[in-house]
Amino acid sequence: MNVSEIFEKFSYGPAPEATDNIDKWLKSHKRKFGHFINGEFTTPSQKLITSKNPATGKALAKVSIASAKDIDLAVDSAQAAFKAWQAQSGHQRARVLYALARIIQKHARALAVLETMDNGKPIRESRDNDIPLVIRHFYHHAGWAQVLDEEFPDHQAHGVVGQIIPWNFPLLMMAWKIAPALAAGNTIVIKPAEFTSLTALYFAHLCQLAGVPKGVINIVTGEGETGQALVKHPKIAKIAFTGSTDVGREIRRVSAKSDKALTLELGGKSPFIVFEDADLDSAIEGLVDAIWFNQGQVCCAGSRLLVQESIKDRFYKKLKKRMAKLRLGDPLDKAIDMGSLIAPIQKQRIEKMLTEGLKTGGTKWQPKFDVPSEGCYLAPTLITDIEPSSPLAQEEIFGPILVAMAFRTPDDAVALANNTRYGLAASIWSENINVALDLAPRIKAGVIWINSTNQFDAACGFGGYRESGFGREGGREGMMAYLKPKFLDKLKTLAPQTAATVKSYAPNDALDETPKLYMAGKQARPDGGYSMPVVSSKGIQLGEVGEGSRKDIRNAVQAAEKNKAWAKSTAHLRAQVIYYIAENLEKRSSEFIGRIRAQTDCKQDKAEQELALSIERLFAAAAMADKFDGQIHSPPSRQLVAAMREPIGIVGVVAPQDNPLLGTITMAAPLLAMGNQVVLVPSDIHPLAATDLYQIFDTSDVPAGAISIITGEHGALGKTLAEHRAVDGLWYFGNPTHLADVKAASAGNLKQFWSHEGKAMPWRQLKVMNNRELLEHATEVKNIWVPYGA
Amino acid sequence: MNTSNPNISDDQRNPGMSLDLEIIEHVTANRSAIERRASSYGARRSVKKQWQVAWLLRAITFIDLTTLSGDDSADRVRRLCAKAKNPVRRETLEALGAVNLPIRPGAVCVYHHFVETAVEALQGSSIPVAAVSTGFPSGLAPRDTKLMEIEASVKAGAKEIDIVIERHQVFSHDWQGLYQFIKECRDACGDAHLKTILGVGDLGTLKNVAKASQVAMMAGSDFIKTSTGKEASNATLPVSLTMVRMIRDYYERTGYKIGFKPAGGISDAKTALLYLIMMKEELGLEWLNPEMFRFGASSLLNDLERQLEHCATGYYSAGYEHPLV
Repeated sequence: MNVSEIFEKFSYGPAPEATDNIDKWLKSHKRKFGHFINGEFTTPSQKLITSKNPATGKALAKVSIASAKDIDLAVDSAQAAFKAWQAQSGHQRARVLYALARIIQKHARALAVLETMDNGKPIRESRDNDIPLVIRHFYHHAGWAQVLDEEFPDHQAHGVVGQIIPWNFPLLMMAWKIAPALAAGNTIVIKPAEFTSLTALYFAHLCQLAGVPKGVINIVTGEGETGQALVKHPKIAKIAFTGSTDVGREIRRVSAKSDKALTLELGGKSPFIVFEDADLDSAIEGLVDAIWFNQGQVCCAGSRLLVQESIKDRFYKKLKKRMAKLRLGDPLDKAIDMGSLIAPIQKQRIEKMLTEGLKTGGTKWQPKFDVPSEGCYLAPTLITDIEPSSPLAQEEIFGPILVAMAFRTPDDAVALANNTRYGLAASIWSENINVALDLAPRIKAGVIWINSTNQFDAACGFGGYRESGFGREGGREGMMAYLKPKFLDKLKTLAPQTAATVKSYAPNDALDETPKLYMAGKQARPDGGYSMPVVSSKGIQLGEVGEGSRKDIRNAVQAAEKNKAWAKSTAHLRAQVIYYIAENLEKRSSEFIGRIRAQTDCKQDKAEQELALSIERLFAAAAMADKFDGQIHSPPSRQLVAAMREPIGIVGVVAPQDNPLLGTITMAAPLLAMGNQVVLVPSDIHPLAATDLYQIFDTSDVPAGAISIITGEHGALGKTLAEHRAVDGLWYFGNPTHLADVKAASAGNLKQFWSHEGKAMPWRQLKVMNNRELLEHATEVKNIWVPYGA
Repeated sequence: MNTSNPNISDDQRNPGMSLDLEIIEHVTANRSAIERRASSYGARRSVKKQWQVAWLLRAITFIDLTTLSGDDSADRVRRLCAKAKNPVRRETLEALGAVNLPIRPGAVCVYHHFVETAVEALQGSSIPVAAVSTGFPSGLAPRDTKLMEIEASVKAGAKEIDIVIERHQVFSHDWQGLYQFIKECRDACGDAHLKTILGVGDLGTLKNVAKASQVAMMAGSDFIKTSTGKEASNATLPVSLTMVRMIRDYYERTGYKIGFKPAGGISDAKTALLYLIMMKEELGLEWLNPEMFRFGASSLLNDLERQLEHCATGYYSAGYEHPLV
């Protein structure tokens, strides 16, 4: 086209980004790569994967598939490097992270071009979003390395961490994994996704330049099997995974057999809520950033549009007009909005989902423009007239497909928003701060963007609720995922205890009492109608308690779901109630001391100590109810990011077998203090101290639904709690025999899981197993982004 | 074609409408989100090579070549008009293959005092003369003299009148008063086109900018314009996007297209291209002609020339190589 024609048509032309430097780099490696182990590239293996440019289908390079031997080498190298790396001062580690940040900055354009070639995302996004965030992540975490001891006292690195990352943001996800792990003093074996290993291998070279000590970062390439081998590797102390919920669930199951720490960042079906008083034109642009960013291949993509009924038609009209303006094409072109999907298989998967899904209803709309015939392109798609029951509204599509529904009221919006198994992110558009800030805490999601979307920063935690996973990346909360309390290493193995054989019966001169179960603020008979004996350590049968079954767990959870008073109460009130429990407990101290002694046959002073510590635990939890709050993060943009600590929700607890009173209180008090609702299974062999608490609760203004106590067997009840989809978290500190089973069962809804990992916890050392640690586990952090500007 | 109302032809002027306070009440403008979108044009679009040449040439046709200084003189105005008639050196145009393209600025914009001078200097060129009016730049002259000023400029040959609003009417939400004033100006203009300057740098919030835009369009403005160039801040992309969205809204509701004129602070080719991208993305090609879009600028022309020269020769040119604006 000549100047005169363009002058007439006012059209856009091609604006390609040059690839010469990258082609040169690929050639210098003969387009074939080994792994990066112990600071060196290994010889490319016999088994190779071809990494293609999805926009053209052309091969870029071949990368090696790691064998079990390669993984062993990488893990061994990481383990060998761990001691020295951990022993370095925070300052020394900070210097390495700082050097990485600087050197990535110097190679920013090369990395952006390579990322776009390998992944198909627009060069604009890799250049303006991915790589700048990578750099920022390393700078930010250089800071955490520097101040680690000061900011995280009594914490240390896990050891060798295994990290598995996805293909949608290859280098960015790598930075999110590597930077905090290094800052905390861990060493790393990381596996990039099979489609996108090239920027990781370029990064390996930068590690050499930045002077990262050998073995601290190891990069192995390969397919799913390589990842599996990593997950199962006995020398890996922690697994961090970002990817699909299905794979995350499998990792939870597989790792349940070990004591590996685990964080998962999984899928989503995030709502994008538009109120009638929103700046609608801006909300439309927000949607473009939400669902047509990276071709919709974003775990937190705003893929479910919820728009207020009164503006529905107007909004859809605006949206369609905007969609028609999107430019789709060569990702290396600087003037396009959407590039290529990652691979033909993904395109086929999405198209199949669409065809299948539309059979149940829904109207599909796509702008009429030419989609390039070569490469994996998919036009932006809007689906209206769809019901929440449609698979398209329920399942993660992971493509440029937006489904839209209308809502009537704020409550309706919340109900629709939460009508999903996921809970990663949400976007809320309203010019009324009252409405926006009312919704933010009510939506079950780890990240809330008000009048914005897809905002990320190294200082702000990112991660999900529900089946979107657990753990956070970024900020203080993200650092916690790569640290553990130092005392854990000193603990002894916990031996399971079994009830003693009955040798005699306690004199039954008093009125017979059989403690029932406790739920909805009342005692209830066990559904099965059975009781089980309580036998002291010396073999005296003290009486009987109800034998809880899976139906009792169901009833207790139902009671918690129905009675939300505790979850809605203020922190001040919760503190008052917990203090009141302490007060009433102390009034009946001799009775409880007697109970402890009768069951455990311990000495008087030990029983007295258990009671005193229980009261102190209650005080400590009550003290922090209104103090263990969040913080305001400071991203480099004009907004407040409120990191709120929220209760997990309904939390199942299996209390320890020993310390019958203190164990129960240690678990229940911090959970209750933070507003969780607790379904607790007390010690199976010494349950009477817990059942005596019923009367204490009744006289301490504990509202119905705050806590239920179900006596019974740890394995069965623990498993029922673990499997229950409405139970949001599970603390398993019971009989260690059942730990692996219960943990694996928690994979169902990927609930938060915390346990003793088969170790004897220091229940009586309040300063070791400290209040803050308990409260951390009793909460999850929600980051609410609030941009401002008059 | 008019996609909003097929009964309205493209050259039909905006007759205005009755003041609709409901619409003004519900206007929204979220600053952070608007800034985010405004900052994306340069990242999302890029024009290179012959596209860049064509776009730069088009940019020239949108310029209201302006001189509005206390030290303006007849000679200064004549020099500006001469430049308007020959905005780009012929050698450059030849090298770019653009000799036959209609490249001349949208108008020459002066104070009333120099309207006749400009009309005379531009004779035979078909470049219209625009006059700033109504007590420019503060807009605080007596109402009668303001209307008389418009009539006098029209009589002197101005085809376009750039009026300024009284900003206090925005602060006090005296929409009725503002509407009435602009309507009177429109009547005083007769056939001359009315551009309403909002003085956005004075208005404090984007919401005020959006509301004032709506009132100005309802009152019958042919164009809405950001600034006099004399406020502390002038045209910016966020402010422009806010106004352009209101133009789109007005068009969708009434079928009438209102022109947009960012003014002040647009002095280089790169910034000018961002505005063109914004117009193309937000309003489309129908707005990318001098009837619907203008830059209020003067030194911009020099930079456009320099960039064109670079495109033509491959080397960077010096400012002194191009005739003064």
